[in-house]
Amino acid sequence: MSLFLVVALPFFGALLPGMMNSAGRSACAGVTFTVSLMAFVGLLTNLPAVMAGEVVTARVDWMPLLGLNFTLMLDGLGFFFALLILGIGLLIITYGRHYLSRNDNMGEFFTYLLLFQGAMVGIVLSDNVLLLLVFWELTSLSSFLLIGYWKHLPEGRQGARMALAVTGMGGLAMVGGMLILGQIVGSYDLSVILQNREAIQADPLYVPALVLILLGCFTKSAQFPFHFWLPHAMAAPTPVSAYLHSATMVKAGIFLMARMWPVLSGTPEWFVIVTSAGLVTMVLGAVIALFKHDLKALLAFSTVSHLGLITMLLGTGTAFGALAAVFHILNHATFKAALFMSAGIVDHEAHTRDIRRLGGLRRLMPITFAIASLAALSMAGIPLLNGFLSKEMMLEEAHHTVLFGSHWLVPVMATLGSLFSAAYCFRFIGHTFLGPVRDDYPHKPHDPGAGMWMPPAILVVLVVVIGVAPFLVQDFVFMVAKSVIGDAAELKTKYIKIWHGLVPALYMSIIAVVGGLVLVRTHAPLQKLWETTPRPEAKVIFEAIVEGAARMAQALIHPLHNGSFTRYAMIGVIAMIAAGYHAWATGTVAAPVRELQVAGPVPIAGWAMLVAATVGLVAMHRHRLLSLILIGIVGLMVSIGFVYLSAPDLAMTQFTVEVVTIILLLLALNFLPNRTPVESTVPRRIRDGVVAVAGGLATFGLAYHYMLREAVTTPISEFHLANSYKGGGGTNVVNVILVDFRGFDTYGEIIVLGIAALLIFALTETLLNGPVRRRLLNRVPDQPRSGDMHPMMMVVLTRVIMPVVLLVGFYIFMRGHNEPGGGFIAGLIVSIAVVMQYMASGFTWTSARLRYPYHGVIGAGVLVAGFTGIGSWFVAKPFLTSDFTYVRIPPFHKFELATAALFDLGVFLAVVGAVMLSLESFSRLARRADTPESEYPMDIDPSRDDPDTAKMKEGV
Amino acid sequence: MTTAAELFDIALIVALIAPAVGQVLCMIRLVIGPTTGDRILALDTMVINALSLVVVLGIHQGVTVYFEVALLVAMLGFVSTVALARFILRGDIIE
Repeated sequence: MSLFLVVALPFFGALLPGMMNSAGRSACAGVTFTVSLMAFVGLLTNLPAVMAGEVVTARVDWMPLLGLNFTLMLDGLGFFFALLILGIGLLIITYGRHYLSRNDNMGEFFTYLLLFQGAMVGIVLSDNVLLLLVFWELTSLSSFLLIGYWKHLPEGRQGARMALAVTGMGGLAMVGGMLILGQIVGSYDLSVILQNREAIQADPLYVPALVLILLGCFTKSAQFPFHFWLPHAMAAPTPVSAYLHSATMVKAGIFLMARMWPVLSGTPEWFVIVTSAGLVTMVLGAVIALFKHDLKALLAFSTVSHLGLITMLLGTGTAFGALAAVFHILNHATFKAALFMSAGIVDHEAHTRDIRRLGGLRRLMPITFAIASLAALSMAGIPLLNGFLSKEMMLEEAHHTVLFGSHWLVPVMATLGSLFSAAYCFRFIGHTFLGPVRDDYPHKPHDPGAGMWMPPAILVVLVVVIGVAPFLVQDFVFMVAKSVIGDAAELKTKYIKIWHGLVPALYMSIIAVVGGLVLVRTHAPLQKLWETTPRPEAKVIFEAIVEGAARMAQALIHPLHNGSFTRYAMIGVIAMIAAGYHAWATGTVAAPVRELQVAGPVPIAGWAMLVAATVGLVAMHRHRLLSLILIGIVGLMVSIGFVYLSAPDLAMTQFTVEVVTIILLLLALNFLPNRTPVESTVPRRIRDGVVAVAGGLATFGLAYHYMLREAVTTPISEFHLANSYKGGGGTNVVNVILVDFRGFDTYGEIIVLGIAALLIFALTETLLNGPVRRRLLNRVPDQPRSGDMHPMMMVVLTRVIMPVVLLVGFYIFMRGHNEPGGGFIAGLIVSIAVVMQYMASGFTWTSARLRYPYHGVIGAGVLVAGFTGIGSWFVAKPFLTSDFTYVRIPPFHKFELATAALFDLGVFLAVVGAVMLSLESFSRLARRADTPESEYPMDIDPSRDDPDTAKMKEGV
Repeated sequence: MTTAAELFDIALIVALIAPAVGQVLCMIRLVIGPTTGDRILALDTMVINALSLVVVLGIHQGVTVYFEVALLVAMLGFVSTVALARFILRGDIIE
């Protein structure tokens, strides 16, 4: 199966469980399982090629100019991780079906799970580092959703937030690191980067890149000092913990270190940073785990410790270390996922995971006991189980590692880590399952159904099989290790052996197991000692840091961005004046080349009125209705100005926009007092006045300056004029610019317009459903109201004029491509026609005659425009390429058909929908309890009360 | 130049100046008021004057496209007047 399908299946499949929610829980789980199984089988079809040492690739250029290509590659390492992700995923889905209760939304859970699965598979199969980063962030996001799945639990929400903050920050650092790497090599393709070991390691930017990438890996894989988020993420449902926090997501960091191993490892920097971080994490995690009472917390810290172990092995930079790391990743995934699932079973059946309230479950839950014990013993490193093999290899490697010039440091620390590791494993078994049966469990425990114990049992079978017969997986592990190592080193070992002879590693193992037994024996006093020792609390520190960062950002932002519009305007105006002055003072200023023209009396009259209206507006702005009338004059004069300056398009747009604006503002004014109160002090108003005058003068200066001079460079209008008919098929340049030259902009704008209208709708809807509703309903008008709500004359007039206006709208729309007009103006005209009906005949009457909701009209507009754009893909042209042709249908004249007209139809629909939705939302807000809602268009209708008419109607 | 063309020119200038003067007078009415009704009426008259200005400008510059602007103004110009009037009468313009 193509690699694209393997990656895409979980993403597309993620839609299914959410939609199948009402079909039942088994249907949800079933469809999720099927999707994963398909991806799993698809992956397995590539096994022969991978085992033969081939690298399977798939490639689609996405944004080649940015170096971002959708390239996938499957080698041994990628196959190994994808196998873990999909294989354990299948077990987790089965387990999760039985783990979640009836109250949990199963569709949501499986949708998140599949999203995560897809992102994870994407990481391990990416051949492009930028693509890898995209998937990397996707895992952070989907794991956020999964950790916070139980939204009602504060721990869940906090844990999710912490995980997202830490891993997100690491991801950000990694973006930087990857970009540096890409710059050094000159390609963002992993396969190319992996070939350039020398170039990268010799580059002066190697260390920054290394540190940034390691930050990403360490945060994701919970390495010290970022280990603290993992235990808090345990608030997630257990299937999530088992899947994300043992087998897959936390291994993403490890994966990346392994992936980058051939180019980044082997330097002193890599060795010191990675080995010491891993070593510290390993010991620290193991020590803390021993003293945790919560089963999942214990396992979480043990995971931290084991991740540290793998990191340390990768850090050594030797081929044997890489081999041991790969083998331990496999072993850890098997036994740790099984352990998490067992802990979940205990929690599910006994209703507690507190180890102090458990014990004696051996007889009550024999199956769970067997599974959990085998897995825990493997983790402790007991022979004939798989954990023993890789732990031996780790100790062997540690024995040869020299850190900070000391031969003792690494072996001693590694032994200490193993010792505590063995101790908490024994404690897990002993304090949960052994001991006397108690009679105070919160719930009487017994073994769960097969659906729950089967998945961990399958894993434990693997634990035992690998432990007894390692040669079965030997070829596979060596193949994976070879693909990690690449050409960077040579692997000397040939076999994975159970018995190595009496080597130091064996003695270290024996010390660890015996020491672990001793520690468990003396656990009670040690626990007391632990609890009296003061320790830094990671969560408190984390929250203090977040708090501090937020405060710093606030302090920085608040002076500039405090929510007051006048402040933004002031800062903006001052900045623009300063920049403009700087440009004028430092740049070259050409001499004026044009003469000033003489103005006639009529333009001067228009100009004077414009000035008078503006000055009046400033003087009387506190009287709201009056200022609205003055705004009307300004709009009118500007429209005439556009006509005078030969811009009929603009005049039409300006005029129709003016009408709609006045209606919208009047609707809003209905809820506001008539006068604006004085709120700011006199000095403040003087200051604002000075800034405003300065802004006005500067604008004047700029306009005057350019009126006397030629444009600095050739204006783009030349191009537009030259190509409008040739390329766009229209003689109206303004319209061709809108629907063709800058069609993509227009497409974005109609979407924004639609969103704005929907927001207005949402806000008014919220108001109407909230406590404001009663106050709105019981408003009493502040002045006497006229009695006639819907005057007959208006009703008749608007009815008569409606078809005329619609016809004009149609006409303006149709000829928009060649003459002034187009979808935007036509949309406004049609909206005004409909608003007239609202105003004249009333809200109820008009709404009753509405056939399509305005939301749908907006959506239809965006879709029509979008599909028009997509249409050009079918003829292998870029998005929104337009085409036109001339047709002749007798008896009409020859006329033009352009795809741009279809796009314009989208603009038209979006404008109508957006304008009407916002006006309608506002007027819905104005419904009052005391207004009679009449379904008749007129309040006084002579025919309605006439008995003859009534009889006639009944007769019909 | 023929007498007809001369007469046409004079008529055009008068036709251009008359609405302009009308606009200014309306503006004065708008400023002195005294009621809001007067002001709305002034605005409405200004729209009609603007209409005639656009038409005369079209004749003056010889561009037919302006007549469509005039059509729009004539057809929709009354809407804002109606809205303002409704606002004074009922407060709520859509009910």
